[in-house]
Formats: sequence, structure tokens, C-alpha cells
Amino acid sequence: MTFRFRASALLLTAALALSACAQGGLRDGDTTTLPGAGGAGSISDPTSIAYFNQVVGDRVLFAVDQSTLTPAAQATLDGQAQWLLTNTEYSVLIEGHADEQGTREYNLALGARRAAAVRDYLVSRGVPAGRLNTISYGKERPIEICSAEACYQQNRRAVTVVSFGTGV
Amino acid sequence: MLTRRSLLLAGSALAAAPLLPARLRAQTGPLRLEITEGVIEPLPFAIPSFIARSGGAADAAADITRVIAADLRGTGLFRQIPETAYISTVTSFDAPVQYADWQAINAQALIVGEVEESGGRLVVRFRLFDVFSGQPLGEGLQFVGPREGWRRMAHQVADQVYQRITGEGGYFDTRVAFVHEEGPKNARLKRIAIMDYDGANVQFLTDSRSLVLAPRFSPTGDRIIYTSYESGQPRVYVMDVATVTRRPLEAISAGNMTFSPRFTPDGGSVVFSMEQGGNSDIYRVGVDGGGRTQLTNAPSIETAPSFSPDGSEMAFESDRTGVQQIYVMPSGGGEARRISQGTGRYGTPVWSPRGDYIAFTKQEAGRFHIGVMRTNGSEERLLTASFLDEGPTWAPNGRVLMFTRETAGADGAPAVYSVDISGRNLQRVATPGMASDPAWSPRLP
Repeated sequence: MTFRFRASALLLTAALALSACAQGGLRDGDTTTLPGAGGAGSISDPTSIAYFNQVVGDRVLFAVDQSTLTPAAQATLDGQAQWLLTNTEYSVLIEGHADEQGTREYNLALGARRAAAVRDYLVSRGVPAGRLNTISYGKERPIEICSAEACYQQNRRAVTVVSFGTGV
Repeated sequence: MLTRRSLLLAGSALAAAPLLPARLRAQTGPLRLEITEGVIEPLPFAIPSFIARSGGAADAAADITRVIAADLRGTGLFRQIPETAYISTVTSFDAPVQYADWQAINAQALIVGEVEESGGRLVVRFRLFDVFSGQPLGEGLQFVGPREGWRRMAHQVADQVYQRITGEGGYFDTRVAFVHEEGPKNARLKRIAIMDYDGANVQFLTDSRSLVLAPRFSPTGDRIIYTSYESGQPRVYVMDVATVTRRPLEAISAGNMTFSPRFTPDGGSVVFSMEQGGNSDIYRVGVDGGGRTQLTNAPSIETAPSFSPDGSEMAFESDRTGVQQIYVMPSGGGEARRISQGTGRYGTPVWSPRGDYIAFTKQEAGRFHIGVMRTNGSEERLLTASFLDEGPTWAPNGRVLMFTRETAGADGAPAVYSVDISGRNLQRVATPGMASDPAWSPRLP
């Protein structure tokens, strides 16, 4: 039993690593969403992390130098809140990011502001604050690496990273 | 050979004293190079290879001569006359200087030295001569140190030469802390490293397991303060450079990011930003982690603090108007006044060690600039322009800056550059790979 379980976890890890490679590299979210006992699971399983990441949507995007949640971002976060209230065994780390067009320390503060905007919104939708932690990466971890607005808009993001377990 | 020498003699006769640029020499007084804002003609100097007093000192003598010359050339203020042009040969440190021979090749400054080795220690002696006055410029000096410290002794000689000719303190016997970077743009590995100002003697102070940012030296140069993700959250750490031991600046409850640390000028405290609930303000704490006080209290981003050298005021950046701008406030707290007045975004203010300027990063219309302004915001002057320049740090004499320049695109990479405060002499600083966030040390004790 134990052996089979570990084997499946390893396969899952490999699959995640492959998908990360396909996107051009590891994301911070990937390193923290490597499955624990719960696993990322299948996208067809609505209680899985894969479902949360891809169907609910794990990220919201921001305008330049802003931390205001757009209507589209609020809709995504409504879905996240609903999922988190249903799947109470998951805890959350919200990563705030900025694009490269800013000074390093300011962008660190800006990332924190974006992560806090997401946390505050989720709390306002009933998710217990104790399940939500935040971290800022500033401009240190772009997901897209071109130096054009097409990439910048993907990098100005807050990513809700869920992991199995109630404590972080 | 004869032909060549005579040609040089003919050329140098034309370039004799009356044609010297006026700015380099007062009509009467001693050799003096004024560092002004105008374009200057580099001052020609000659440095015959230092004399080795023993066979064992030959390599050191050659190396020391090379480093002194490189220091002076690197300022953009001095031009080295090639040894092939020399007429005189210096065979003894104490021999009388043949001024006419050096005047003939238009050397304005002549540096003569010797190196002696005994029992693993080096003795370096040098003299500086004002060729056209036909006099020594200052006293002869002697430096003694361990053989492996030859670079420092070379830098100390160059500092003396620079100081005697320009009247400004030298900055060659200094170190630079920086962030060494490896890997692709979306998965960078970063390490705190330290090196001599010219890129020699690189030492890594952290491994690549944790993201690290923005080191700064203590006023005595023996400690570095920086931000690391090693606990999971960005957090300020203090490192002792000699022992490479580190500790968190203070105990912070989980969830509060601390970042952007700088020492106060007395070295007794650290100012830094702390984030609570998404809002960043500036705090001050004793370097032992005790006695925290809050210096700013606003719902906007307050970060990048920098104290004036006398400790009375603090510059910082804030987006309280909706856009990043630079402010100055009394260091004990109180009302802040905005000093940046131009269009665009202004950040990373750094007070010059001389107290006369504040260096900054400016962002406007998709370009980044390093600039300087007076401490009341007047006389703003942009020194650089590129896709991404940021984070200036001052040489201890307040006349040269280093900063990070990053190139655009998927293969974009950061490097460290230097520029002087008139915007001249932009140069890439030698680093072992990609590098960012330079911090210039004070003059070393």
C-alpha cells in the first residue's frame, strides 16, 4: 500500500515538473503545490488542486502599479472563495507578484499589497483569515519573460496556491 | 628605435607646457586636477614598473604597478602614457628624477615605486612627482602588509595619487557587496557576494538555496544587511563579513515581511520597511534587534530609506500621491516634504556620503535613469538612460556611483555599472557572472 502510494505521488510530481517545463520553467506555485497526501489530483475531480488551479482559476491580474481588483478578478476570487469554503481541508498561500518595470523594493511592497487585496477579498467572502497566508515575490519570479506588455500583464498577478493541510 | 624616439621628442616638443589644458593646471600652483562638471582632458601620467628590491618581489612589483595604473585609468580622469614612450629608465627609487625626460613625453604626473619582500611581508614605497613643476607632490609613503594583501596596497597607493591630484578622497581600497545571479529569468538563483571594487577577490557569503536581495554595508564595512527568503518570508538579516555568520535582525511574528534595510550613519541602528496587512512603512530598530520605533505611518508604500550622513534627516520613497516620489523627513519622525519634482516615478534615494546630493532611480516613459539631485530636490541631473537602470550606490568620496543595469527580453541579464556624477565614464564593473544590487563599502580601515 505504502509503496503504491509513493509511486503515484512520484508520477504526479514528474507530471507537474513536465508541465512546468512546458511553460518555460518552474513557478513558485509549482514548488509549493507538489502534492502531499491529498495530491493535485485530476482536473475532473472538483475537489482536486488541479481543478482549483485550472477550472476555478488560481490567479488574478492587475493593472500597472495597481492592486485594485477588477470585476474579472473579483469573479475569479468568488469562485476561489466558494471552492475554499467547500474544500475546508486546504490551506492557502497567496503570492503577490509585479512585472519588471519597477524598482526592486517598491515591487516587493507592491506584490505584498496585491496579495493582501486578494486575502482581504477572500476573507470578505467568508474564508477564515487563519487559512490564508501571503507572500510577496516582487519582480523576482516572472512567469512570462519577454519585455513587453503581453508578458508584463501576466506577471502582475496574485496566485492563490492551495495545499493540503490546515496549517501553513 | 632611434627614429621612434626622435619622433616622440618632436611631438612632445609641440605639446610642451604652454599648450596644456588650463583646467588641469593653475598657472603657478602645483599639479591639480579639478573634478568639475565639464568635459575634462584626462591627465597624462607615467608609472614605470615598480622596482623589485629582490628577485622574490618581481611579480608583486609588476602586479602592483599594473593595478595602480588600472585604478587611475578607470576613473576616466587619467591617461597612462605607454612605457614604450618613456625616455628615462628608473633604476633606483632614490635616484634624482630626470624631469626633462618626463616633460618631453608630456607626463604631468610621475609615479615611482619599489617593492621589497621579507619574511612573507611586502613593503611598498612610492613617490609622486609633479613633472612640470619639477617637484615631488607630497611625501614619499610606505605601505607594509602580507604578501597576499598586495592588491590592497596597490589600491592604497592609487588612492594617495588620486587624492593628491584631485583633492578628493580615493575610492580604490574599497569593496562592493552585490547579488550574484544564475539561471533563467523565471527561476533565478541569487547569492550575496562581496568583491574588491574592481571585481577582484570575489567571495560568496550565501548559497543559492534562498532568494536574497539588496545588501548594504555597515558604516565600518564589517557587516552586511540584506533581505533573504530563507525563513519562507522576506526578512532582514545581518551578516558578519569576516566570519560569514548571519542572524535575523529581529524576531517578527509570521506574516510580516521585512525588507529594504539600511544602517544608520552611526551603525547603531537599522532602518527598514515592514509590511503589515499589505501596507509597508519604515521602522527603526537597534542593530541588536531591540527598541523598534515606527518612522512613517501611512496607508501607502514607504520604503528605500536613506539617512543623511549627519543622521539628522532621512530620505525615502512613497507613493502617497499615487506615484512613487522621494521625500525627506527628520530622522526622528515628523513631517515629510516631497523633494522630487519632475514627471515620472522616483525611487531608491541614496544620500551621498558627502551630504551634497541624493542619488535616485527615475522611471519615465518606459525608460529608467540613474540621477542625482540636491537634497532639496533642485538641480536634478540624469546620468544614465536604459531599458532598466536602478539602485545607485555611492563611492565613499561621493563622486562615483554604481548601479544595476538589466537588459530587455527573455535573455535579459543584469550587470553592475559605474558612472561618475557628471554622467561621464560609464563602465561595466567586472563580476563573475550576472550581478545586481551593488552596495559600495565605506573606505576600509
